[in-house]
Amino acid sequence: MIPRVIIVRAAGINRDGDAARAVTMAGGSPDIVHIGRIIDGSVSLQDYAMLIVPGGFSYGDHLGAGAMLAVDMVHRLGDEVRRFVEDGRAVLGICNGFQVLVKSGLLPGATLAQRSASLTHNASGRFECRWVRLAAGATRSVFTQGIDQPIEVPVAHGEGRFVMQSDAQLEALAANGQVAFRYIDSDGQPTEAHPANPNGSRHGIAAICDESGRIMGMMPHPENALTPWQHPRWTRESRQQGDGLVVFQNGISWIKHI
Amino acid sequence: MAVFLVIVTTPTHPDEKTLYLISGSLTPSDIQRLVDTLLTDPITQQSTWYDLGRGVLDTLTQPVDEVAYRPGVTDNEAESIAVGARHLSVPVAAVRTLRRYPQRTTTTPVRHNDLIELCQTFTPGDASARIVFYQNLVAAPTPRTSHIAAVPIRVLDDAGLLLASTQGLLALDLDEMRTIQAYFRTVERDPTDGELETIAQTWSEHCSHKTFKGRVVYTGDATPLPAHSAHLHPALQELGTSATIDSLIKTHLMRATNATAPNLKNLTLISAFVDNAGILAFDADTEVSFKVETHNHPSALEPFGGANTGMGGVLRDVLGVSAKPIAATDVFCFGPAHADLSAYGGTVLPTLQVAHGVVAGVQDYGNKIGVPIVNGAVFYDPGYIANPLVFCGTVGLAPRNSHPRNVSAGDTIVVLGGRTGRDGIHGATFSSIELTHTTAQEAGSAVQIGDPITEKKLIDIVIQARDARLYSAITDCGAGGLSSAIGEMGEQIGANVELTTVPLKYAGLQPWEIWLSEAQERIVMAVPPQHLSRLLAMCAAEEVEATAVGTFDGSGRLTVTYEGRSVVDLDMHFLHDGRPQRTLTATWQADTSAAPQWQPRDHAAVIAALLSHPNIASREPIIRGYDHEIQGRSIIKPLVGAYSDGPGDAAVLQIHPHTMTGIALGCGMAPQLSQFDPYWMALLSVDEALRNVVAVGADPTACAILDNFCWGDPKQADRMGGLTRATAGCHDAALAYGTPFISGKDSLNNEYRNAQGVRTAIPGTLLISALAYHPDIRHSQTSDLKAAGNALYIVGTTDSAMAGAHVSRIVGAVPGSDWRIPQVDLAQAPSTLEHLHHAIQKGLVAACHDLSEGGLAVAVAEMALAGRLGADIELDALPTRSDSVWVRMYSESPTRFLVEVSPAHEAAFTAAMAHVTHARIGTVRTEPRVIFTHQQSTIAIVSIDSLVDAFHTDIL
Repeated sequence: MIPRVIIVRAAGINRDGDAARAVTMAGGSPDIVHIGRIIDGSVSLQDYAMLIVPGGFSYGDHLGAGAMLAVDMVHRLGDEVRRFVEDGRAVLGICNGFQVLVKSGLLPGATLAQRSASLTHNASGRFECRWVRLAAGATRSVFTQGIDQPIEVPVAHGEGRFVMQSDAQLEALAANGQVAFRYIDSDGQPTEAHPANPNGSRHGIAAICDESGRIMGMMPHPENALTPWQHPRWTRESRQQGDGLVVFQNGISWIKHI
Repeated sequence: MAVFLVIVTTPTHPDEKTLYLISGSLTPSDIQRLVDTLLTDPITQQSTWYDLGRGVLDTLTQPVDEVAYRPGVTDNEAESIAVGARHLSVPVAAVRTLRRYPQRTTTTPVRHNDLIELCQTFTPGDASARIVFYQNLVAAPTPRTSHIAAVPIRVLDDAGLLLASTQGLLALDLDEMRTIQAYFRTVERDPTDGELETIAQTWSEHCSHKTFKGRVVYTGDATPLPAHSAHLHPALQELGTSATIDSLIKTHLMRATNATAPNLKNLTLISAFVDNAGILAFDADTEVSFKVETHNHPSALEPFGGANTGMGGVLRDVLGVSAKPIAATDVFCFGPAHADLSAYGGTVLPTLQVAHGVVAGVQDYGNKIGVPIVNGAVFYDPGYIANPLVFCGTVGLAPRNSHPRNVSAGDTIVVLGGRTGRDGIHGATFSSIELTHTTAQEAGSAVQIGDPITEKKLIDIVIQARDARLYSAITDCGAGGLSSAIGEMGEQIGANVELTTVPLKYAGLQPWEIWLSEAQERIVMAVPPQHLSRLLAMCAAEEVEATAVGTFDGSGRLTVTYEGRSVVDLDMHFLHDGRPQRTLTATWQADTSAAPQWQPRDHAAVIAALLSHPNIASREPIIRGYDHEIQGRSIIKPLVGAYSDGPGDAAVLQIHPHTMTGIALGCGMAPQLSQFDPYWMALLSVDEALRNVVAVGADPTACAILDNFCWGDPKQADRMGGLTRATAGCHDAALAYGTPFISGKDSLNNEYRNAQGVRTAIPGTLLISALAYHPDIRHSQTSDLKAAGNALYIVGTTDSAMAGAHVSRIVGAVPGSDWRIPQVDLAQAPSTLEHLHHAIQKGLVAACHDLSEGGLAVAVAEMALAGRLGADIELDALPTRSDSVWVRMYSESPTRFLVEVSPAHEAAFTAAMAHVTHARIGTVRTEPRVIFTHQQSTIAIVSIDSLVDAFHTDIL
């Protein structure tokens, strides 16, 4: 059976189509659904094995990136989302979607409405679009299993610096295997330095997951690194497929087993 | 009604606080809920709130500046809070956003633009004044009684008519005012304010292109042409030394399109110069559309808002042909950074402030709407100090035959998207008037801030409505507002509108203001009555406002009412065809300017100076701020090479995920050559746009182009003479290359008049944007050098004509050069492009870069730095008649490329290029330096590191 993936869209969400292309290439069956149709009950999250909150500028991001869509997730869709997560299904938030998951409390704690982290303005103070190198390392995330080589994917964000109230919390997160991807430099080492790390996140954090590994959020865009020709250096070096596809293949193959 | 003040502090940014004023039937617990769930990030921010109604206020410890948008200016943040509150069921009535800073000192940068923002300083003792200020900001606007005024023009003499035009910002000339007067004398009444405004907008330069459709009486100096190619310059020959041209657009642009479109390969022309955008069939199932617009005057006054709404406007042009925007382009012309403004009377914004604002405005709109900005250019010249140019383009994608154009009598007129406010009034006429030192006061309402999210929602809805075939026609609501959109849609049928049905941002608009407002993010659809309820339900589900405001009624008239009272009652025929044709005098004198004095410098220094020249240096600071990956189509990106920091020649986009065909987007412009001869400038601009798309692998014989003219006052005969020569150049180029124009736009009156009456026109500027078919995106190429040992070939001939060359800005006219404008050899250029294209598609080329600003030296440098590889270049082998090493290094002769070829492909490459001038001039090296030699002596040795450093000069 082809696993069904719901890609939620709202005002200002704009990478829904890119995420759907990735899901299809990875063997899933994506439905892009406006959040209003879930709120009014005409579509149910429970018919899907995976939820993707894609990139964009939901509602304009004027009150902090992802904040307004997080309000929807908590206050208008709370029961549906809670049930979906408690049922053990998978959730992937990309860029704005990561911001939504963090600001609704689903990351890092899987605790809807209780927040312990944020994604804030890049250290540079600027929006930036560039390709980055990521390393998965030892993590609980179902989306990163088997990724033992660095992958290259683009970022495009202005508010991607992952912050918690204390360094101790960040370190605990890392120690608990919840840092799913890190930005790495040309030597393969996690970095906080621009431009290899585009936002200045401590420890090079690019993606995190909850304790179960089923909920992951990431700032970079694997959905824009699906084919060899999307890579910025494809006229110089060859590859078989885009480095980002594996993230979706992992997710789809995992939900096939639930 | 309660009013609360919320103060949000981000401890890491103590010098900027965000203040929200929120009114409504609210309890303190409502406010607490908003603060906790919506207004504050618990990890990074802290908030306090105060009940202003009870006279409670925070205590200031130091003098502060508080900045708020003026009433009526779009406040997106406040709008978000209103939406969020609605989602939380908190009954909010009004919201305003403010920023608070420590009081500005003479060294702090300016933080607000007086045109759209208020800035108020408060000291710790000003509590009661602050409360009044806050209360006023959230107070409902004072109601005004609606008024429809008759304008007594029937009795006016010529002077009175001209005065009425000037005072009303109508931008109509005496002939046009007399025609209007005659019409109303015939119908035996005076026009209403709304009618006069409607006619002024419809007849504006912006909407009716009266210069391009006018009669041009041209006289000018003769132009010598080479005998072998004289027949390839028919429009120039027609001009001769005197000619009368009935419409430049028909004679020079549409005629060229008619002649070339039938022979276009792969792409089929569907619509040129008729719709909001040019449309081409891309394959059996898909059509692509392309439009480039300018937003110059608004960007001069409010750079962020002007550029922001410029991008928003051109995106809607493509939406107006039922297409989904898939890519955007942007080209800017700015005054040099830190230019001296003293000659302009103190009202011109500093050039860097303009540049920063424009880039931020484009970035905000493009990124938020989710359209990759993939190609562009920036050009600096003192001529743009008071009048910057901002070109924004959009490419759209739609299924074949999905754009309906059949308004029928009985269709409902539906307005979708943003609400109507007093913003943007007089935009169309404002763009038709030169800027002066008082424009900011007079036309301030023409300046707006965009709301990309409302437009994104509109895109989502239009695509769904298109696929469900719910509308019979659609158009963007741009210049002239509803008056233009509905007037044009109903031209053949007639339309009736009741203005009280139009949703307003706030009360108090006069009927004519509702009708003329250019409030952003609106489109108009003609909807057959049986589809209306489905469309409205579709919109409601996604929180898009859609309202029926009238009917296309079959009357042949434009009738507009307010509470049933007549605001406009005009014959459509008079409105659209009644304008008298303009006659314009055009003169042209051949340039006789002296060559600049030769001031020798060594080549290494010249190369570094060229690479860091603002017209050549890296655009990375701009490009990185744009999302060029979204939608996943970007195959060749704006930055290329080993470290993605070399300049790309053109963008390549894959159209469908599963087919390997695509399009390339490139652009060409050479305003520095306008002063020498706009005719050759136009040919060079077309050549450059085509070179760019060919360099990345696209097909020059399957290419369409767009023209965007930005010129001075067409009533000045010299400006008009230059413009006439430029359009003639467009014609001859289109014919020679076989590239039809599919869309274009003119922005005239780009002049500035200071308090003393001194006029400054911009350099006549022509932007050519090219969209070319790419037969196989896997055979795209980039400019970065790939491997040591590969050969470097030059394609094309180098000429000694070097007027306007960038090297002359650094060292003057170089030895051995001629102070003449470079000329395109139309007998050679098209086949050069074609042969190179085939060589690239055969996979024979490892890197390709066109030679443009800075000539060969800069092209070599850019390819080397992009690939982080060195090169040896031997200038002796360069095909040229000139002995001068300076000409060989820096000539900006057109139709030339530098091509990297691996040893394995050299034989095949030279065979493929047998009929085209080419020569091997060098070799790629591992050693990180470029060496130029001539006649066995070394001309220059430059390290890759120094090239990288020079190229990365910060232009912003």
